[in-house]
Amino acid sequence: MAVVKYLIKRLAVLVPTFFGITVISFIVMHLAPGEPIGVQADLNPKMTPEMRERLRVQYGLDKPIYVQYWRWLNGLAHLDLGRSFAPDRAPVWQKIKERLPVTILINTLSLGLILLVAIPLGVASAVRQGGTFDKVTTVVIFLFYAAPSFWVALLMMLCFGVELGWLPISGLHSLMGYQDMTILEKVVDWSRHLFLPVLVSALGGLAGISRYVRSSMLEVLRQDYIMTARAKGLPERTVIYRHALRNALLPLITILGLSLPGLIGGSVIFESIFAIPGIGQLMWASVMSRDYPVLMGNLVIVSILTLIGNLLADIGYGLADPRIRTGAHGG
Amino acid sequence: MKRLSGLLFLAALFIVVMCLDALAVDKCPYYGDTIVVGSIGDASTLIPMLASDATSHEIAGFVYNGLVKYDKNLNLVGDLAKSWDISHDGLVITFHLRKGVKWQDGVPFTADDVIFGFKLITDPKTPTPYAGDFMEVKSIEAPDPYTVRVTYKEPFAPALSSWGDIVVLPKHLLEGKDITKSPLARKPVGTGPFMLKEWRTQEKIVLEANPDYFEGRPCLDRYLMRIIPDPATMFLELKSGGLDWMDLSPIQYKRQTNTGFFKNNFNKYKYLSFSYTYLGFNLRSPLFKDRRVRQAIAYAIDKDELVRGVLLGYGVAATGPYKPDAWFYNPNVRRYPYNPAKARRLLAEAGWRDTDGDGILDKDGRPFSFTVLTNQGNSVREATAQIIQYRLRQIGIEMKIRSVEWTALINDFIDKRRFEAVILGWTTGPDPDIYDIFHSSRTGPNGLNFIGYKNPELDRLLVEGRRTFDRKKRKEIYDRVQEILADDQPYVFLYVPMALPVISKRFKGVEPSPSGISYNFIRWWVPKNEQIYMTR
Repeated sequence: MAVVKYLIKRLAVLVPTFFGITVISFIVMHLAPGEPIGVQADLNPKMTPEMRERLRVQYGLDKPIYVQYWRWLNGLAHLDLGRSFAPDRAPVWQKIKERLPVTILINTLSLGLILLVAIPLGVASAVRQGGTFDKVTTVVIFLFYAAPSFWVALLMMLCFGVELGWLPISGLHSLMGYQDMTILEKVVDWSRHLFLPVLVSALGGLAGISRYVRSSMLEVLRQDYIMTARAKGLPERTVIYRHALRNALLPLITILGLSLPGLIGGSVIFESIFAIPGIGQLMWASVMSRDYPVLMGNLVIVSILTLIGNLLADIGYGLADPRIRTGAHGG
Repeated sequence: MKRLSGLLFLAALFIVVMCLDALAVDKCPYYGDTIVVGSIGDASTLIPMLASDATSHEIAGFVYNGLVKYDKNLNLVGDLAKSWDISHDGLVITFHLRKGVKWQDGVPFTADDVIFGFKLITDPKTPTPYAGDFMEVKSIEAPDPYTVRVTYKEPFAPALSSWGDIVVLPKHLLEGKDITKSPLARKPVGTGPFMLKEWRTQEKIVLEANPDYFEGRPCLDRYLMRIIPDPATMFLELKSGGLDWMDLSPIQYKRQTNTGFFKNNFNKYKYLSFSYTYLGFNLRSPLFKDRRVRQAIAYAIDKDELVRGVLLGYGVAATGPYKPDAWFYNPNVRRYPYNPAKARRLLAEAGWRDTDGDGILDKDGRPFSFTVLTNQGNSVREATAQIIQYRLRQIGIEMKIRSVEWTALINDFIDKRRFEAVILGWTTGPDPDIYDIFHSSRTGPNGLNFIGYKNPELDRLLVEGRRTFDRKKRKEIYDRVQEILADDQPYVFLYVPMALPVISKRFKGVEPSPSGISYNFIRWWVPKNEQIYMTR
């Protein structure tokens, strides 16, 4: 019962938060200098003032901002994100739908890679705290963390793509002959193309998560129950992996929940470096061209992801730690 | 174009045209292969009258034809129109269309398509930035399926080129439909040399040769454009063999493509681009009202140094708004070779002297100091500003530099006329008309004459230039236009940069000309033994 009440409370907060985000985004977007027709009209000798006004009316930009917002909100209520202001006037959802899967795929792969490497690394560092292994991994991980990802990406492309010729440099799959490949060949082709982007996007995130696991693990290892477990004569492996790790990973739930929207933001850089047609690029392009409907569509997706991420983290945490859902503190 | 008469002459012309056609068809020693081209941005729509970005126009240009086009030497020649006549008063243009041309879905092309396209572009519901030229039209009619007669309110010379590839669209596919939601935006049906095969957003656009093209099938089977937003990645793709054609930056051209690999595999080309960079003054500012001051600044800037320093030599010093290999370029205008002593003398004549000994000229207690704006992220313009800053400092003028994001620059500063000077550039075209940029009627809100330049003689000439079709007369008019601009220096015209494309060596038939390299693209070919992409 407590869990249901807790969930309802959390969900009730989500709705006003979501609208708050959209209102603020809408206002900020319109406060930024420039408007969508600028792309076509600015410094264009063929654009007369009448033509400019005509375009403004067509896009509904002549209406007051609250009318524009109301129209947008009405559309959203009917699950219609509107049409892009770009000359193709494509439905916003169609544009997002085309791009979202690739971004999600790469981010899932990279998140998987991060977890796969960061957790053992964090644990090993914590267990051998202060030792050579700990010191070396700290230095290496922070090197990757500090190096700008576009630079690391270019170095890798130069090394594996141009000099060694092992991997393709950009794109999602081969340009020629892709249609004629067997399923297996297609999988290999995609894997070869995705190897570098996934690696580069994982390298940046590795530092944070592995350090987090390390410090969380160190904290758990100092707890009394670990001492008890050791005193009972349990093997060290069991102590670390069965007792310590499970508890040390709990706070990671929050971090993962919060990192969902960040992944899309981070996609902007590596998607444009590796020429991957994902949502990050779409977002960047819509910001630059002041394509309000696409921008709002993207914001809706990111807001929903953030809110879901928060909710999942809260639920996960609530399930893992009864003190949170009951509102009890201390102890 | 002169009205042609006389049966004999027509017969002779017919024979010549037939021979040329035969030659054109025979010009492909081999067919086949694909050219892979790199582009920073994706296309937005392939309906030319709706598109505002270069990539869309580039692709649509392969799929659609206009009534006229420019040849290699920037002469207007027929495209879907075989020929045209212009009435003596310059008000009526009659286009005689090619017969036997078909849309890519097999429907014949007729005058109805031209009239439909015209009605569409002038329809208030069509969101197009190109309706301006067509608003000058009084009436349009098709006396027969292969003739289009357009009557203008006043003679309008740029009218002819406006009938290029923006306006002709297939009536049978678009009539009665909302053009903004038409499937043609993604799946164009044109009359051109290439047909769209596949378009994957932000990934690639694939065009395939049109076997029934009226000028003969292109020699290459396919044109594949890859969208690679990052210039560094694009260059690496070129190095790894993933691209056949891209535009290089001056540094890539000069320093990074001199290896054995590039020499063996690529040809580099260079030709003057249709653009120029300028230092524009806000003539409403008391600082720049005196012509001598503007001339002094022109003398203080070493344009050759700019070409060497920021373009690494790949460009030429500009003397006016036109590139030197255009037919309307006037080489005999006043020039401003680097001469700081003369600059100081002119400034002194205008009353600017360093009275307080701080190294900065002053007049009526006001130091000669101003801020130049340019757009953020354009490293070439930023470097230009820095070199100019250094040179102006030497003659006692303090110039501060401020880089502003493009949209903010246009909306907050240029449109509101809140600037002292700017470093910007214009893309120019094959027609000399510069009415919108320098005519005094364009100094109002949103007008492109944002520097507020007014010269009655220039105004008169710019109007006259638009009313005259005779190329010789136009040349005289625009020669004088260039003289006035060179004397007045409302802008200091800085340089015309070069386009620096690099193309894989296997492509033959590439010949740079004043109009660039793409004019004969359908006749580029690859020897059989060098073809690498087999599509058949």
